Amino acid sequence: MQSDTSTLPMPGGPIRGGGAPTGVGTDPSPRFYDDGTHHPEQGTLLGFWLYLMSDSLIFAVLFIVYAVQGRAYAAGPSGADLFDLPLIAVNTAFLLLSSITYGFAMIAMQHRRKGSVLKWLAITGLFGLGFLAIELYEFQHLIHEGAGPQRSAFLSSFFALVGTHGLHVTFGTIWLVTLMVQVNKHGLIPENRRRLICLSMFWHFLDVIWIGVFTFVYLMGVLP
Amino acid sequence: MSHVHTQPHNDFGHDHVHDHGHDNHGDHGSDGYHATVQDYVKGFVLSVILTAIPFWLVMGKVIESSTATSLVILAFAAVQIVVHMVYFLHLNSKAEGGWTMLSLIFTVVLLVIMLVGSIWVMFHLNTNLMDMPRHETTQNP
Repeated sequence: MQSDTSTLPMPGGPIRGGGAPTGVGTDPSPRFYDDGTHHPEQGTLLGFWLYLMSDSLIFAVLFIVYAVQGRAYAAGPSGADLFDLPLIAVNTAFLLLSSITYGFAMIAMQHRRKGSVLKWLAITGLFGLGFLAIELYEFQHLIHEGAGPQRSAFLSSFFALVGTHGLHVTFGTIWLVTLMVQVNKHGLIPENRRRLICLSMFWHFLDVIWIGVFTFVYLMGVLP
Repeated sequence: MSHVHTQPHNDFGHDHVHDHGHDNHGDHGSDGYHATVQDYVKGFVLSVILTAIPFWLVMGKVIESSTATSLVILAFAAVQIVVHMVYFLHLNSKAEGGWTMLSLIFTVVLLVIMLVGSIWVMFHLNTNLMDMPRHETTQNP
């Protein structure tokens, strides 16, 4: 929004409150009080946070379905039969490590070190890919064993919840690669910094969801 | 809220009379984002500990009772979520004039109502279904 600055009320009398006519005078021409520079990035970050909150409600619903149906095995295999905890531990470690490497990318961004940002983003992306590879292996292994989503309510809700999280990580990784291209091409311009901050929130948010998944689904799932 | 925007310029330092809810303007850089290496390392070390203990409890079958183990690892998860929120997502009550925290509290309240309510209701539903009278189940072919 490009307002004609010559029509804006000028310094001298600070305008207090809304509408006190001090200094504004009788000029009838339109005024654009918000010239877009007020806080250019805060709005985006709050909006993205609200998106994350609504996304966590999606996960909440999937967690609830699993909570209700997680023991409905339909005479099929249970979590104790299926889950490979050492593999899940490796997966958890990957996601946790990717969180701190993304953090290092943000530190590098604050110091405007483009090369370092790209390096840490690449490492984060590799951890993300490692996580996805293990998850896909696990899913493929389960389906191969006949424990696919159609086997029981337990497995349906399991695949829905863990699969949705995996989809988020997939899109996060795509987003991360896109941003690496952007940063490489345009540098650490304000737009890219804003995008990096949004992705950092997204990435850490996925790690928070994973805490719920490994605790509620995997660890509690193998308990007798 | 329109009064917040009556100042056309970025002179945050001069006139704070109109600036309710935006008190943190002076604290952030151009990105509104401040992270430190210490925060990330602290958060990471805490997370590793808070992750390792539940895995050890379950894989080592440390506690006899399943219910007790569940409660303990759920408590660890809750603490770890807070750690991630504070050290990785840099959440505090001041961010965005408190709106971030407010929306989080709203989400958590909704989540707890839905989760506890569903488990409660469905638990009773299961009990009732198991006691279903015989003649209702014999209608199936």
